[in-house]
Amino acid sequence: MDLFEYQGKQLFARHGLAVPSGEIADTPEQAKAAAEAIGGTVVVKAQVQVGGRGKAGGIKLAATPDEAYAEAQNILGMDIKGHTVKRVWIEAASDIKKEYYASVTFDRSAKKPLVMLSAMGGMDIEAVAEEHPEALARLHVDPLIGFQQHDARWLIYHADIDVPAQKGVLDALMKAYEAFIDLEATLIEINPLIWTADDRVVALDAKVSIDNNSLYRHPDLAELQESVTDDPQERMAHERGVTYVKLDGDVGIMGNGAGIVMSSLDVVALAGGTPANFLDAGGGSNAEAVATALEVLLSDPKVKSLMINIFGGITRCDEVAEGLLTALDTLGATLPIVVRLDGTAAEEGRAIIADRAPANVVVEPTMLSAAKRAVELAKEAA
Amino acid sequence: MSILVDENTKLVVQGVTGREGQFHTLRNKAYGTNVVAGVTPGKAGQDVDGIPVFNTVRDAVEATGANTSMIFVPPRFATDAIYESLDAGIDLTIAITEGIPAHDMMRVYTHLKRGDQRLLGPNCPGAISPGKATVGIMPTDVFTPGRVGIISRSGTLTYQISKEIGDMGIGQSTVVGIGGDPIVGSSFIDVLAMFEADPDTDLVVMVGEIGGDEEEKAGAFIAENMSTPVVGYIAGFQAPPGKQMGHAGAIITGSSGTAQGKKDALEALGVKVGTNPTEVAEIVADRLK
Repeated sequence: MDLFEYQGKQLFARHGLAVPSGEIADTPEQAKAAAEAIGGTVVVKAQVQVGGRGKAGGIKLAATPDEAYAEAQNILGMDIKGHTVKRVWIEAASDIKKEYYASVTFDRSAKKPLVMLSAMGGMDIEAVAEEHPEALARLHVDPLIGFQQHDARWLIYHADIDVPAQKGVLDALMKAYEAFIDLEATLIEINPLIWTADDRVVALDAKVSIDNNSLYRHPDLAELQESVTDDPQERMAHERGVTYVKLDGDVGIMGNGAGIVMSSLDVVALAGGTPANFLDAGGGSNAEAVATALEVLLSDPKVKSLMINIFGGITRCDEVAEGLLTALDTLGATLPIVVRLDGTAAEEGRAIIADRAPANVVVEPTMLSAAKRAVELAKEAA
Repeated sequence: MSILVDENTKLVVQGVTGREGQFHTLRNKAYGTNVVAGVTPGKAGQDVDGIPVFNTVRDAVEATGANTSMIFVPPRFATDAIYESLDAGIDLTIAITEGIPAHDMMRVYTHLKRGDQRLLGPNCPGAISPGKATVGIMPTDVFTPGRVGIISRSGTLTYQISKEIGDMGIGQSTVVGIGGDPIVGSSFIDVLAMFEADPDTDLVVMVGEIGGDEEEKAGAFIAENMSTPVVGYIAGFQAPPGKQMGHAGAIITGSSGTAQGKKDALEALGVKVGTNPTEVAEIVADRLK
C-alpha cells in the first residue's frame, strides 16, 4: 500500500522526524485557510502517487493566502501522468541550504533492510546511483540486530554529509529506521531531506509504502488506504476482494492461481491477441468466486471474448462449471466464452457445460487452443 | 532417490485440527506420506483419524521422531509456528500459509540462515516425490514417478507444466513449490543444488515469474555449478510495471524483475526458456531423447 506525501509526513511527525508544518486541503477555500493558519510563504503541493509533480506544475509557491487559493484552484483537478489531483498539501516554505537523500527499503534480493544516504538529494536517485555511484552510501542492516548509531555514522561519513548537518541527519536516519520497523514499511524515502538555513534537518518529501500483509496489525494504517484507482472494474474487484489488474486489450481472462493467470495472458498475446486484464479467482475457487469474477469481467465494455482457464487442484472443475452457469443465468452475457478445464473433476465440469451451457460457451481441451480460440472470437466480434 | 520428501519423511502438521489442515493432512496420508503427528495448542491427547495430536512441536518430535513439519496455521500465528518448528529441531519446515508479513520473514530468514535447517515457503504448495510422499496441497494425480525435477514459484502453473510433461510420458523425481512471496526460505539455487546432487534427476524445469532477481541468480548458479540440464519458463511477459500480479512477490519494480529481462539473462547463460507451458514440455522431451 502506497501512501500519499501528506500521510507519510503525518506519520513522520508522529515518529519524531521533523517535517514542515502543513495542512491538507480539498478545495481552494481550505487551501487559503490553511495558508492563513500556517502564515508566511507556503508551498501548494499536488497529492498524487507519481513522480515528476514539480515539472508538471503540481508544486507552487504562494506568498499570500490569496495566492494559495489561486494556485490550489489551478492544481486541483489537474491531470499528472494520468492521476487526477484531488487534494493539495499546504505547508510552510523552507529556507534550503542543501538537499540530501535518505531512504530505508526492503531489499528483496538481500532479504534485509537497506539504508541509503546521499548528499546529492532532490533529484532522481536512480540517475545518481548510475552516474555517481560513489555519492550514494548504502548499508544493509541485520534485521535481528537493528540499525545502530555507528551504522548511521558510517553512512554519514561515506555520503560526505556537511559537518553542521551531521547530527540532524543522524537523528533523521535513526527515526526513519524506527518508522520503517514500527510501520512495517517496505519503503521510507525522503527526497529531499534538507539542511535548512537555520541548521535544522527536515524531511521535505515523504514516500512511504506499507506491506499489505502486515495491515492486520496496523488498523490505523489500513484506514489510510484511499482508493487510488478511478477504474470501475478495479474498484469493483477491490470491493469484492477479487485480485484484478486492468490491461488494455479485449480478451478477458480468468483463472485460478496467480501463475496460471500470468501464463494465460502471455499465451493470449502469443496467439496474437491482447489481454484485457489479470484476474485470479483464487486457489480454492468455488461457484460463488467464479460468479463474482465473471461479473467484474463482464462489466468491462472493452472485453470482446473471455478465456476461463482452470487447473483444478483444490478447485473442483464441476463447481467452476456450475458457478459459470449460474452467473450466466443472472448476468445474461452473450459474448463468446472459451473454457478450459483440467485437473480435479474436469470431466464432470466439461459435461456440465456440454449439457447445459448456452451456445456462446465453448470448451477447448488445452490452454493453448483455448487462447487461440478466444483470440479468434475477439477478433470476429471486434 | 528424490529430494526433500520421500519414504523417510516423518511428518508433523502444525494446525492439524483446522478445516484445511485436516483436509490436506488426510490427503497426504492417503497418498502414502508417513504422517506421525499433529500439533494444536490445547488439544494434546486428541487424534485426527488416528494421527496423535500434541500441544507443541517439541512434544511431537520427542514422541514420534518427526523430521518434517507442514504449517497450516493462519498468517498471524504462522511466524511463531515457523520458529517453533525450527526450535524443535525439525529438518524441513514447509509453510503453506499465505500472507505472512514481510518484516517477519526478514527476521525468520536471517535466523534460518544461521543454521542448517531448511524452510520451504511460505505461500507455497509444498513438495511431492511421486509414488513416495507428498507434503502440501498439490493435486497428486497430476504427477507420475520419473526423472525430471520441477521447481516453481507458483502452484497452479506447476500442475499445468507437470501435466504437459506427463502427457508426453515423462514423470517427475520431485516437484517443489518454493512459494510466491518476496522472501521464501529456499531459493531456486538451494533446490537446484539438491537436484544436482540427486542421481535420479536427469533434468530440471525451473518455473519462474516476474519480480525480484532469483531467476537471474539461479542462471548464474546453473552456468557455474550444474551438469544436470535445466529448462526454464517465466510467466508474466504481459504484466505492467508497478502492479502486483496476485502473488506478493510478482511485481515489476522500475525496470527490474521483468519476464523478458529474466528470459534474456537465463538464455545468455545457456538455459533455454520456453515461451509457454506446452513448449517447455516439448523442450524437455527433446532434451531427454
